Amino acid sequence: MDLDNLYQELIIDHGTEPRNHKVLEPHSHDAEGFNPLCGDKIHLYLLLENQVIKDISFISKGCAISTASASIMSEALKGKTIAQAQELFDEFHHILTSDDQVPDSLGKLAALAGVRAFPSRIKCATLPWYTLKDAIGS
Amino acid sequence: MELTKYINKVRKDFPALKLKVNGYPLAYLDNAATTQKPQIVIDAIDDYYSTMNANVHRGVHFLSEVSTEAYERARSRLQAFINAPSNAECIFVRGATEAINLVATSFGQQFVKAGDEILISMMEHHSNIVPWKLLCERSGAKLNIIPINADGSLDLTNLDSLLNAKTKIVALTHVSNALGTINPIKQIIEHAHGKNIPVLIDGAQAAAHLPIDVQDLDCDFYVMSAHKCFGPMGIGLLYGKREWLEKMPPYQGGGEMILQVTFDKVTYNALPFKFEAGTPSVADAVGWHAAIDYYSDLDHKKIDAHEKVLRDYAYARLKEIPGINFYGTAKDKIGIISFTIDNIHPHDIGTIVNEYGVAIRSGHHCTMPLMDYFGIPGTVRASLAFYNTILDIDQLCDALLESLQVFKKRT
Repeated sequence: MDLDNLYQELIIDHGTEPRNHKVLEPHSHDAEGFNPLCGDKIHLYLLLENQVIKDISFISKGCAISTASASIMSEALKGKTIAQAQELFDEFHHILTSDDQVPDSLGKLAALAGVRAFPSRIKCATLPWYTLKDAIGS
Repeated sequence: MELTKYINKVRKDFPALKLKVNGYPLAYLDNAATTQKPQIVIDAIDDYYSTMNANVHRGVHFLSEVSTEAYERARSRLQAFINAPSNAECIFVRGATEAINLVATSFGQQFVKAGDEILISMMEHHSNIVPWKLLCERSGAKLNIIPINADGSLDLTNLDSLLNAKTKIVALTHVSNALGTINPIKQIIEHAHGKNIPVLIDGAQAAAHLPIDVQDLDCDFYVMSAHKCFGPMGIGLLYGKREWLEKMPPYQGGGEMILQVTFDKVTYNALPFKFEAGTPSVADAVGWHAAIDYYSDLDHKKIDAHEKVLRDYAYARLKEIPGINFYGTAKDKIGIISFTIDNIHPHDIGTIVNEYGVAIRSGHHCTMPLMDYFGIPGTVRASLAFYNTILDIDQLCDALLESLQVFKKRT
C-alpha cells in the first residue's frame, strides 16, 4: 500500500537517526526553515567555497519525512556545486509533484518519491530544500 | 446498552458518518476542528435556497419577507439558546474569529489606548491572540498572559495582580481547543467585574458540549461558530451586552448597518444591524437554527453520559500505547485528548492512522504559545462528539499500534 511506499526503511532510518545532524562550525551560510502547517523547524548550515558545498549540516525538529529528507539531502549535496544542487532540487521537486518515472540520477532521494501519494506531506519533504535555497541566498 | 442503542440511532442522522476512508469506516475524531452536520441541517439549507431565497430586510416583496423572517427567527433561536436578554445583542458574524476581531477592533478603538493592558491566557487559540496583538500594535497597549499549570488548567495564583487598573478587557477561552480544559470562567468574570473590567469569552469549543447561559455567566461578550456545533460553516455569533455594543463604533461599513447616508454624514442603524454590514449568510443562519433545534432535542442526559464513557474508555485504552504522553489532564475537561508518542512526530501519526480511516488532527492546533510552553512542536488530538463510539476509539488505538510497527520496521 501507499503507506509502505512512504515510510520505507531508508526513510525511517534517516528520519529517526539523521546524518549530519549538528551545528556546522565553521559555516559560511545558514538559514532557518519553518512549516507552519505542522510546526516542522529546520536550521541549515553550509560551508560554501567557490560555489561548492564543502560541508552541510542541519538541526531539525520535525516529522520523519522532513528529517529524512534533510538527512538524505545533506549526504547528496556534499561536494556538489550550487548549480548541481539546484538541478537536483528541480529533479527532486518534479518527481514529488508528477507521476513520472523516478530517474536513477536521484540516488537515495528517490526513496522520498512515495510522498507524491500524500499531497499534504509534500511540503515536509521540500522544506529542507527551500531552506537550502534561503541559506545560499543569505 | 440502551445508551449504545440511542447513539447508534442518532449516528444515522449524520450522512458523513457513513463514509468509508481507505476502505475503512470513517472514525471521525476531529470534532474540535469541525463537527459533522445532521441531514436536517443540510435539508434546511437546501429548503432555504429552494423556497425562501431573497435578500433580507430591504425588500417589500413576498420572498424578501419570508427570508427576513427566517433570518430573524434564527437570531431569536440563538438568543434563547444562550439565554441572551435581547436578540438585539445577538450579532451574526462569519464565525468566532470574526467576532473576536470585531470586538478587538471596535471596542479597542473606543476604549484601549497606549499603556493599557489586555489580559488573555496561555492556552488561547491564535484567533484569540492575534486580534489582540494587532490591537496592541495599533494602540500601544500591552498583552498580559494568564499562565497555566502542568495539567493544562489555568494558574490563577496571580490573577488579582494581572487584573489591574490598566486592564481594559479580558479575553478567555471557555474550553481549550488543544487540551479540552474547561476554564472556571464564571469565577474569573466575577473577579474581573469586581474591578469593572469586561470579559470576552471564546465559546467556540464549548457550544457543542456545555450549556451556555450568558446571563448566568454575566460575560460581556460571548463568541461562537456554528460549524463547531453541528451547524454550517461560515456563520457565527457575537453576543455582547447592549451597554458595550451601544458605545462601540461600527466594525465594517456597508448595507444594513446604516440608517441614512449623505456624503456629509452617516447615521448608523440600531443594534444588532449596526454590526451587520452587507448581505448576511441567511441560509447558514437558517441551517444553524435547524442545528440548534436538533441538538436541543437530543437526550442530553444520555449524550453527556455517553461522552463521559467514551472519554474514560479512550484514556484507558490509550494509556496502553507504549511511549504515550498526555497533554491536558485537568479534572474539568471535555473529550479533547491531546497526546504525543515518543520518537514519532504527530504528523507521521496523522498520516499513518488516516490509512486506517481515522481522522485526527496533528500539529499545533493554532496554539503555538501553548505548544512552546510544553516544549513540543505539536500533539496528536482526538476530539470527541456525542456521535462517536467505542469502535471509533478501538480503530484509533489499533491504528496507533500500526504507527509503532511502521517505526519499528528497521530494527
